[in-house]
Amino acid sequence: MKRTNKSISLSMGAKEQVAGYLFVAPLMIGLIILTLIPVIGSLLLSFTNWNFVAGIGAIKFAGLDNFARLFHDSAFMQSLVNNLIFIITVPITLILALALSILIDKHVYMKDAFKVVYFLPYISSIVAVAMVWQVLFHPSFGPVNKTLMSMGIANPPKWLADIDFALPSLMMIQVWILLGYNIIIYIAGLQSIPKDLYEAADIDGANTWVKFRNITLPCISPTTFFLLVTGIIGTFKIFDLIQVLTQGGPANSTTVIVYELYDTAFNQLKTGYASSMALILFLICLIITGAQMLAQKKWVNY
Amino acid sequence: MKLNISKIIWTIVMALIGVLFILPFLWMLSASFKPETDVFKFPIEWIPTHWNVIENYKTVWSGQFVRYYWNSIYITIATTIINVFVCSLAAYGFSKLRFRGRDTMFVLVLALYMVPPQASLVPQFLLFNWLHLIDTHIGLILLNSFSIIGAFMLKQFFMGVSNEYIESGKMDGAGYFRTFWQIALPLIRPGVATYAILRFIWTWNDYQYPLIFLKSKDLFTIQLGIRLFGDQYGDVYSLMMAGAVSAILPLLIIFAIGQKQVIEGISLGGVKG
Repeated sequence: MKRTNKSISLSMGAKEQVAGYLFVAPLMIGLIILTLIPVIGSLLLSFTNWNFVAGIGAIKFAGLDNFARLFHDSAFMQSLVNNLIFIITVPITLILALALSILIDKHVYMKDAFKVVYFLPYISSIVAVAMVWQVLFHPSFGPVNKTLMSMGIANPPKWLADIDFALPSLMMIQVWILLGYNIIIYIAGLQSIPKDLYEAADIDGANTWVKFRNITLPCISPTTFFLLVTGIIGTFKIFDLIQVLTQGGPANSTTVIVYELYDTAFNQLKTGYASSMALILFLICLIITGAQMLAQKKWVNY
Repeated sequence: MKLNISKIIWTIVMALIGVLFILPFLWMLSASFKPETDVFKFPIEWIPTHWNVIENYKTVWSGQFVRYYWNSIYITIATTIINVFVCSLAAYGFSKLRFRGRDTMFVLVLALYMVPPQASLVPQFLLFNWLHLIDTHIGLILLNSFSIIGAFMLKQFFMGVSNEYIESGKMDGAGYFRTFWQIALPLIRPGVATYAILRFIWTWNDYQYPLIFLKSKDLFTIQLGIRLFGDQYGDVYSLMMAGAVSAILPLLIIFAIGQKQVIEGISLGGVKG
């Protein structure tokens, strides 16, 4: 009797094994074919000199040539610098989002309506939103410059067409798009702070600033940290906005790594060289993730 | 209930900031209602003096635009269904079934999550070129069908399902798939709805994959289609704005229906992309 029981449970275990593999198989196969193999492919191709149109026979091993070239490629170096400048949007978004989320969470009526309003740019299509900003920022007849001129500013900047203002304009639009997402996450974080902490502080007679500094800020630090890291990684993936609005111009002033990668791979058809850019992008994201794991223990109060 | 004065003041202040914040949307909407000659009138006519709504939208909605719209609708729906199905299968496997190598596989999935999608773009293109999937809708749907974030999110929901339900399914003699399909999945319906809505929005808004993987104008999605507007009509801004409004509209409808789910889903642990 005991034996049959065991064999039944064993066969059930074996069945569950097979079922388990079948359940995860579609996702795993998809990920292996569409992510794992391509990443390894990028790694290998980055050491070659190749235009894929010429066929597989034309692949030439180039050693580290691509990487040496990258560091003398002024457009690529500019894209790295621009990506680094773009990081500034992350703390700006965080500070604005924290301030607004505290107001929305505690100090206003119709909380849900405010969440929706700030969230609109995030759910809207970037292409459509970018087209709107393109018109708003139009140098001569856009509403922004018309308003500035009516306020007595004779020569307002040309915004997206201006070599000095194009990048800041894009950064401003980026903050506008991501603010709502950050607010939603912050509100969720704020609501998880235990109320009795504030009640205890009230009994001690702490003022608003002290409560913010000593309760809100430390308790919300995991959220801040999460938004900071995903935000920074996000800035390195930025592409749509640039492709629609400036295509890296004027004079490479708004180009970013992914735009360079796209342009090199699909317009200039330099497959190997573009792959070396992909590898740099991958390494940057890896370094940020690694740094996050190290920093998490030090900075975040759980 | 006593009304709180400072709360009223803050509500008004925040409402003003909020209006300022969505001013670009209001401008877009208003411009799409006007004849072209009024679009850049200054001071801005927020409420048009001359209405040209029907003509503008009629012009936009004739010709290719309908095709782009249809392409987007069916690609987005197909992608969402396949993606949610694939992800919920995997999420169930990773959370409710025991099999050898499960944890190793999950670590691999976690590791792949750190790969920026653009790092695999070039070999993806080569692979699809080899498989003749470039410039096809099937290729585009495949590209967006496997998502790690979906598996993570749905796994969280499945972990909230008590194992007793799963066991009871087994007791009744239901197979693994039936237990999943008829017991577990209905139990996490709100979670599935949340993820499906997010996936719909992300797929509808996808620009990078269609840009790179589609070549024929007939196959374009709405995001590529509205970019062609300049070519088609010259710089006619009232029509461009009507196109932009049309491209955002389905998202607003979906968001209006599933607003609560979307916001809960996003707060759930910060979901993105």
